[in-house]
Amino acid sequence: MSVIYLLLALSILVALIFFGVFIYSVKRGQYDDVHTPAVRMLFEDELVKEENQKQSIKTKD
Amino acid sequence: MQENCFHCGNSCDQDAIVYDEKDFCCRGCKTIYELFANNDLGCYYDLQDAPGAIPEEVAGKFDYLDNQTIVEKLVEFDDGDIQVVNLYVPHMHCSSCIWILENLHKLQAHIRTAQVNFPKKTVRITYKSSALSLKEVVQLLSRIGYEPYISLDDFDKGKKEVDRSLIYKLAIAGFAFGNVMFLSFPEYFEVEEYWLEEYKHLFRWLMFSFSLPVVFYSGTDYFISAYKGLKAKILNIDVPIALGILVLFLRSTIEIIFDWGTGFFDSLTGLVFFLLVGKFFQQKTYSFLSFERDYKSYFPIAVTRIDKQNKSEENIQVYDIEVGDRLLIRNSELLPVDAILINGEAQIDYSFVTGERDPVRKVSGDKLFAGGKQLDGAIEVEALKSVEQSYLTQLWSNDVFSQNKDASFVNLTNKISKYFTSVLLVISLVATAFWIYYDSSMALNVFTAVLIIACPCALALSTPFSLGNMLRIFGRAKFYLKNAHVIEKLNDLDTIIFDKTGTLTTNKKVAITYEGMNLTEEEASLLKNTLRASNHPLSRSLYTFLASQSISTLDSFEEITGKGMVARQAENSIQVGSASFVGSPQVERQLQTTVHVKANEVYKGKYTFNNQYRSGVQKVFNALSRSYKLVVLSGDNAGEKEQLAKMLPKNTQLLFDQKPDDKLNFVKGLQEKGEKVMMIGDGLNDAGALAQSEVGVAISENVNVFSPACDAILDAEQMHKLPSFLLAARKTVNTIKYSFVLSFLYNVIGLYFAVTGQLKPVIAAILMPLSSISVLIFVTLLTNYTSRKLKLFKN
Repeated sequence: MSVIYLLLALSILVALIFFGVFIYSVKRGQYDDVHTPAVRMLFEDELVKEENQKQSIKTKD
Repeated sequence: MQENCFHCGNSCDQDAIVYDEKDFCCRGCKTIYELFANNDLGCYYDLQDAPGAIPEEVAGKFDYLDNQTIVEKLVEFDDGDIQVVNLYVPHMHCSSCIWILENLHKLQAHIRTAQVNFPKKTVRITYKSSALSLKEVVQLLSRIGYEPYISLDDFDKGKKEVDRSLIYKLAIAGFAFGNVMFLSFPEYFEVEEYWLEEYKHLFRWLMFSFSLPVVFYSGTDYFISAYKGLKAKILNIDVPIALGILVLFLRSTIEIIFDWGTGFFDSLTGLVFFLLVGKFFQQKTYSFLSFERDYKSYFPIAVTRIDKQNKSEENIQVYDIEVGDRLLIRNSELLPVDAILINGEAQIDYSFVTGERDPVRKVSGDKLFAGGKQLDGAIEVEALKSVEQSYLTQLWSNDVFSQNKDASFVNLTNKISKYFTSVLLVISLVATAFWIYYDSSMALNVFTAVLIIACPCALALSTPFSLGNMLRIFGRAKFYLKNAHVIEKLNDLDTIIFDKTGTLTTNKKVAITYEGMNLTEEEASLLKNTLRASNHPLSRSLYTFLASQSISTLDSFEEITGKGMVARQAENSIQVGSASFVGSPQVERQLQTTVHVKANEVYKGKYTFNNQYRSGVQKVFNALSRSYKLVVLSGDNAGEKEQLAKMLPKNTQLLFDQKPDDKLNFVKGLQEKGEKVMMIGDGLNDAGALAQSEVGVAISENVNVFSPACDAILDAEQMHKLPSFLLAARKTVNTIKYSFVLSFLYNVIGLYFAVTGQLKPVIAAILMPLSSISVLIFVTLLTNYTSRKLKLFKN
């Protein structure tokens, strides 16, 4: 019957791990700037697209 | 056909440069486009139309970065091979800017990475310092139109620690609140069930351990503030809160120790969590603005010193300037110290210091003051004082700059809490006395229950949420406040003081009028072409004012610094400049800026530059004069007194020739008479008055550019909304008052349960969040309604 103690301990441990990770990420400054990463995320695609266009032009030549 | 520049979006004149089937307004913009196009960075123009800026002339400007001691102070990290520097780039404004700055490594292979922090407008660049110097990095940025701003401010800063303790406290309270809710849920319904009976002690002690960090870490601010308040004999709002937290914790602990019940751990953690959420919401900051600036943000970090013996030049930090040093001040550089002019013609723009717009001409031997900007060519000066002892910088040694304005301010909540706390204590004592007489076993229960239920959670939340919401609304309407208290201060004002130059007038537009004979077509064309060749600010604004003419080359052109220009083309000659230079037959009226024209040896006439008042100034004054005393306090001469008197309401006080100290003392004088003062200004010359006044508002044409230390920054375009902002502040304070009534109602309901001894944990657990959330919704809706009704977002 002591399985409930184990489960409780485990669930709290998991919660504490997530909590610790959150505190760590705040401490590292990951939440200091929430705007730029949101914009940066969208850049990659456009870069790739542009390169593709360049390549297709080159192949025409 | 008017075309807009593909790079910067400015309209191109006829002299547009066409390259790659695109129009450019100047060579600088075209060069950047070429650079980007050749390096596969054309994507810059896909993200946003015309995102760029015209690059400025930088030759010699960053030479001081050759000085290793200065570089050391600026870089964040240096291991001899790799350096990391964090630069402030004011031009950063769109996603294209982020993109190009983060792709710097494509332009310069020695740049490892560049990371943008957009809200702060900074870019952190990591580069190989053995191959690339900081100067080259800065020059690269300047060349592509992103000139970083390096000032004396960067020099002292060092590495700033960010205070994130509120986030930690909030996170811990939230974490504990959630878990305690789970653990206390089974017992709410008091099911007499075997397994629940078995495990409830474990659950209770788990809740207890979750509440420990909440009380002893998250809640510490309230205990400290309550203690400070009591020490100063003030019953602030944190006194009943701290009392509530303490009583909740002690009673709950005792209850679980003696197995009397579950305790109120859920209410306890919830209370602290909600309170901290309120605090967090109120703490809206505009990270790209700074409200704490002093002269250091304006001053250069280094200056060129000329060695008297061997005539060599070196760059030194401005703090190292000693009395007697010979300094070289280049075109558009700022004088860091009081000095005597030794060599060269000085045209000094003192607008930072005095607010006077027109540059002053100085000759060798004249005294120059720190803060003046040299406009015309290079000059040599000899330092008379060190940086800290100069005339302008001494203003900052005045006491007002070291005082904390908020410390003496008692906000509305604390005013009310004085009565609230007294009444609360009386009720709890009366109720306890009654129960001691009636049923003494219940007395302690009732006493603690009253303190728990009356804990002013809703009351303490209504202010941060209504102020915090209004702060955001103001921010969206481009009126940026330093903190939420400013709204309460805006509600309570008697006098509003305006600076004239830069505040009531705009620097962007000048009204130019012409008096004299008409110019022939050839003369007009010659005038425009002559002005085109000059870099003088007056020439530039006159050039943009005049009707466009075809571009032609001048046969001869000579600019006599500080006097004017002589130009010749075919058989026409022209002289443009000051009255004495041109030989004006009229006696010069000293008070206005004029440019005189003489063509083919005949005096033609003069252009007069008048300050252009912002649109809607008259309306603003008329609206405000109904409820406030208005004053115009100008550092300028009385040249426009008549015009102002005609334009503004009759009872407006007009004062001219006010030095920075005079302005400060004027504000102080009013305050000694018991008046609450709002100062609206723009320059460093207003800094003293802005700091002294209850609310100092800096008007800014471009909020990214620097404004002096103040309580609020108002976008110049939004000036006409000033009466609406003040009205909105008043309505917000009224909203808070209504919400107080609402939260008192909840308290009365709660007190009924408490006084009659029926307070169960489940009732507290329902009542507390219910009251908090309903008050929160109430104030948010009401402040949003206010902003919509006052049309704060309409232009």
